[in-house]
Order: sequence, then structure tokens, then C-alpha cells
Amino acid sequence: MTIDLFLTCLNDALFPRTGLAMVSLLERLGHTVRFNEAQTCCGQMHFNTGYQPEALTLVRKFVHDFRDAEVIVAPSGSCVAFVRDLYPKAAEWAGDEQLLDEVRRLGERTFELSEFLVNVLGVEDVGAAYPHRVTYHPTCHAARLLRVGDAPLRLLRRVRGLQLVELPAAEQCCGFGGTFSVKNPETSTAMLADKVQHVMDTGAEVCTAGDNSCLMHIGGGLSRLQSGTGVVHLAEILASTGAAS
Amino acid sequence: MRRNLRHATTTIREKRERAVAEVPDWERLRDRGAAIKDATLSDLAEQLLTLEASVTRAGGTVHWARDAEEARTIVADLVQGHGSDEVIKVKSIATDEIELNAALEQRGIHVTETDLAELIVQLAGDTPSHILVPAIHKNRAEIRALFQRTLGAELDTDEPARLAEVARLYLREKFLTTRVAVSGANFAVAESGTVCVVESEGNGRMCVTLPEVLITVMGIEKVLPRWADIAPFLQLLPRSSTAERMNPYTSFWSGVTPGDGPQAFHLVLLDAGRTDVLADPVGRQTLRCIRCSACLNVCPVYERTGGHAYGSVYPGPIGAILTPQLLHLENDNANTLPWASSLCGACYDACPVKINIPEVLISLRGQVTAAKPLDVEGVAMKTAAWLFAEPHRFEGAIRLARLGQGPLVKHGAIHALPGLLGGWTGTRDLPALPPKSFRELWRDRVNGEQA
Ligand code: SF4
Repeated sequence: MTIDLFLTCLNDALFPRTGLAMVSLLERLGHTVRFNEAQTCCGQMHFNTGYQPEALTLVRKFVHDFRDAEVIVAPSGSCVAFVRDLYPKAAEWAGDEQLLDEVRRLGERTFELSEFLVNVLGVEDVGAAYPHRVTYHPTCHAARLLRVGDAPLRLLRRVRGLQLVELPAAEQCCGFGGTFSVKNPETSTAMLADKVQHVMDTGAEVCTAGDNSCLMHIGGGLSRLQSGTGVVHLAEILASTGAAS
Repeated sequence: MRRNLRHATTTIREKRERAVAEVPDWERLRDRGAAIKDATLSDLAEQLLTLEASVTRAGGTVHWARDAEEARTIVADLVQGHGSDEVIKVKSIATDEIELNAALEQRGIHVTETDLAELIVQLAGDTPSHILVPAIHKNRAEIRALFQRTLGAELDTDEPARLAEVARLYLREKFLTTRVAVSGANFAVAESGTVCVVESEGNGRMCVTLPEVLITVMGIEKVLPRWADIAPFLQLLPRSSTAERMNPYTSFWSGVTPGDGPQAFHLVLLDAGRTDVLADPVGRQTLRCIRCSACLNVCPVYERTGGHAYGSVYPGPIGAILTPQLLHLENDNANTLPWASSLCGACYDACPVKINIPEVLISLRGQVTAAKPLDVEGVAMKTAAWLFAEPHRFEGAIRLARLGQGPLVKHGAIHALPGLLGGWTGTRDLPALPPKSFRELWRDRVNGEQA
């Protein structure tokens, strides 16, 4: 199948490795990957911070950029949840019936990576090898808005050499929340402190998740504490064949 | 304080999960609760008129209060009209909302809270920090000292049982001597005029049966059309709030019954901003709230900031959406509340009537932002939107940032940022921008394949 990559602005600018991993993983599974260079950002940051007219412009742009896509896959539960769950709200609030119709149809073919692999393609063993001790953080939007459930865990369990360790209080928010962490740094830090402690308690070498925004936050805390535990996006683990990591 | 709160919220959160898991069709029950509330809200004026007629028929009197001020005056006049200068109270958030106690005291009416935790808060001259456990910020030693100071109790221990006994003796005296009681209401049934209060100590039941006069203050959103509509809520409420299968005490009364219970009953219907909430298509779901406090107990922000941080009688996620709406987004503190959330969605998952709290938060953020003058953040957001509008602008911005970050990068990460973003790097590192963005790498790849 031809898969349109929605890389998200954050991944494009800061985490291109995740994008490369997505490409090699999906190609290895026999699919054609497209990247429409017109894409930029889904508008989540604007919408969630209270800048809805600005967000709406980006919603329309997204609809335009991905109009021809058969399926859209993104390495971000948060941005996918935004497209699927909040685009219809944005259109509704703007009173734009035609847009509402378009975003509904778009939402039906937009997927987060793990749910796409497990629920759409029906694969759990993606032929990866990653000989490390890994713990998984279920990000809030993937878990609560997309209900990806145990899809990421199923994928991780089939990775050769990977030792999966359970994260205590896994479902608790890491405190990132986009601009929340900028506007409420103390509360956000208190939330992060618990998350980082739980990650370190697992003794994992690597904490993974389906969202680089949360990983950037958790990784930022781990790095400041010089904990020795790193963060790696799920896509990079699934793309890995164990040769180097 | 934070430790008290964390401990309490964690325990109740786990208990709630177990209590909820026991109900096989919990999701359907939530849908049912939400649907009943929605239907009632869409027909609110009608329902309230029916309620008024039923209460009147049953021998009670209904009063309409447009705002807090009116409600306070009505209650104070009623108390004095019945020749009393003392009231006992059932724990009620609506009366906290309108700051009734202070107003009554000002008119020379002495108020005694009868809910144990409320009593503690009242004796301490404090404000509640949690809807359900208002004194959650106080520990046993503090309570013992408080009782010794204010009730003159001799206490050689801070055993909960002993503390409760001291309060009970004090309250018993009040129940038997006070002629007027003030309560809130959890529900009121329009068709029968029946008012319902649920509680766990039994003190509320004393208040609604022993005094001669009962005055109930109720937000207009608490009405339900039919008797049968109460049933799902009596399942949803206790499991969500105290993680119990049933409330220990559920009291119902309709008007007055000669020779039994209070001989005068007044129902004060409080609007205080609610009709305006109703007019907002996104915000109106807030009025489904049954004040169970489940959202507080799962909220990571509330857990770390405590109830007083919300500056309102409604703390936590529900407070962050209800307070700014009731105050018409005109109050500076209330206006910042919609941002007191990481939008993790735990509250929405926990809410027994499925109020999409994150959605309402976002909608309110939009309303506040649209109404305020452009500030630094606004400029940054508008600039970002402009950059994102065209891929080449976005790419140019990444290039520029890459050049600009030079002096900030140490060992591949940024450890301190200037200005607004400084709070972020106070406690965490930021990865540096890599030498190439994905789109550049992608282009390299496409060109490589073509070459
Ligand atoms: S918003 Fe929902 S969870 Fe929170 S107090 Fe109200 S009913 Fe309970």
C-alpha cells in the first residue's frame, strides 16, 4: 500500500531519525512511503493554547496537503489524536460543515504508527532486533484519545533481544502538555520528577514511547539528572535490526 | 500538605477503579447519566417550573435567586423571618459558592457546619481544599490542636475516633437546639418536588429532620425530570466519589409533612451564571457535573498544587472549567484556570457523566485568548502560524534556529534558554537541532535515487 508520512513539525525539525526509521520500517514491510513536502504542522499547539483562528488555517492546510492520501501514518499519538479527535471539533466550532465532512473522512485514514501496524496491517513481528532493556511509557493522547491499548507492547514483545520491563504508574502524565510545561514549569517539573524516578526505578537502558514530544520531556529530565537512561522513539526500535543502536 | 493530598488521592483513585470495575456496564451507565442530564438541560426552564409547582403543592416555597447576592439575602431574610439567629448546615458547595456563611454571620446569624470536615475548616477559619474531603490539607495533630483551642476539648490523643467523638458531642447539642437548618441538594425531582441529599456521616440527615425550618439552596442544574432518573446517579455518584457501592445516607423529602420533620421548607433556586453557561454549546456540558470529585482525584495537576491553588470553591479539573464560566471569564484568576492542565485527559476518563473537560478547557482558552490584547505569547503564536503556513518559511526558520542555537548548545543539548522558555530549561535539557531536518534528508534520498 502507499503510505503518506505525516511527520509532524517537531519530528521534522528535531527528530529526523524517527522519520528515517518510519521510512525504513514501512518499506521493509513492503509498502511505498510518500512524503509530501508541502506539509508542516497540524496546528495542535495553536489550538490547545487558545489560538483557534490560527489553528484553523493549519487544519485547512493539512486537509489540502493530505487530500490524495490513501492512508496517513504519523509517529505521534498526540498529533494523530488531534487530527482524528479535535479536527472535527475545530470544524464544528468554526461552523464549517464542508470542512467537518472532509476532516471526518480524513480522520478515518489517519493512524498512529503502532495502531497502524497492529490493527490495520495486522503485523506484530516487524522483524526487529534490539538487544536492550526497555521500558514503555504510554503517552496520554495515544492511550486515552486513540485507545491504542497494548498495540505498542505487542510490537515490542516481538522484538528480538529486547527485554521489556514494566513502568510503574505508567499511565500518569509526564507533565509535558505542550505549552503547559512552559506556562506552568513548576507543576510540570513536579510531574516529570515522578515520571523520571519511575523510569529510573525500572533499571531500563531505554525509555520508549510513540511520541517524541513526551520523550523529549522525559529525556530532558533524565539528561539533566545524568541518569544514563536514554529515550528512543518506538519507530526507531522497530526499525532497528540490531546491527547498531 | 502535598503528601496528605497525594496519599488520599492515590488511595481513593485505586478504590474507585475497583468499585467501577464491579459494574459490568459502567460505560453504559455513564452514557445514561450524561444523556439524562443533557436532556434535562435542554429543557431546563420547563423542568424548573414543574419543580416549582410540585414543591409548592407539597407545602414548600420556592425562591428564585439570579445571583449570589440575591441568594444570600433570601436565606438571611428567611432565617430572621423565622425569628432565629442561628443555623446548622449540611455540607453544601452551592452555599460555599455564594459565600453564605460570611453573609449570615454579618447579619448576626451564627452558622455551624455539621459535616465533620467542614466543621474543621470552619473552626480553623479556613477554606475547603477538596469538594469531598474539604479538610484534606489538615492532619490529625492539627485537628486536635484546633479542637482544644476552639471547642475547649481536653484531648490527650489525636486518635480519629476520639476526635470524631468530640465533634459529635458538640454537634449533638447543636442539632437539638437549633431551629433552622440550611442544606444543599444533590438532586431534585421535578415531577414530585422531591429533594435529595446524599452524605456519609448522617449529620445531614439530622439537619433535614430535626429543625423546624429547612432552607435548601440548589443550583438550577440539579433538577431531574422524573423519579426514575435518580437511579443511575445513585450508582454513579458514590462509586465515583467515595468508591462506595452506595451512599451511607441518602435523604429524600418533599415539601412538608404535618407533625413530621421541618414544618417549613424553602427551596432557593440559584442561577448565578448558570444560564449563561447553558448558552455556550461547548461549555454547557459542564452543568452535567454531579460534584463527585472523581476528576480531582485523578488529576496530576491538582495532586501537586492542592485545592487552594484554584482560588475557588470548585477546585481541580471541574473548577478549572466551571469557575471561569460562572464568573463570565471576567476574573483574572479564573481566566488563567483553563491553562492549569496538561490536557492528559484523565479527568474525562474518570467523569461519571462524561464531561469532556479537556475540550471545554480548550474552548475556554480560545475565548480568553480572543478577548485579550496581543501579548508576547500571541505574537509568537501568530508568527509560528505564519511560518507553518508555507513549507519554505518553516524550513527557513529551522535553518535560522540551527544557526542561532550555536552558543546555547553544549554536548549536543541545550541547558538554558532565555526569556519565556527559561522555566523549561530550569529543570530539563532540550535536544539541539540536528544538522539536517527530515525534509532535507528526504530530499537527499530522493536525489540520490535519481542520480
Ligand atoms: S466534572 Fe465529572 S468527575 Fe468532576 S466532579 Fe463533576 S461529575 Fe465528578
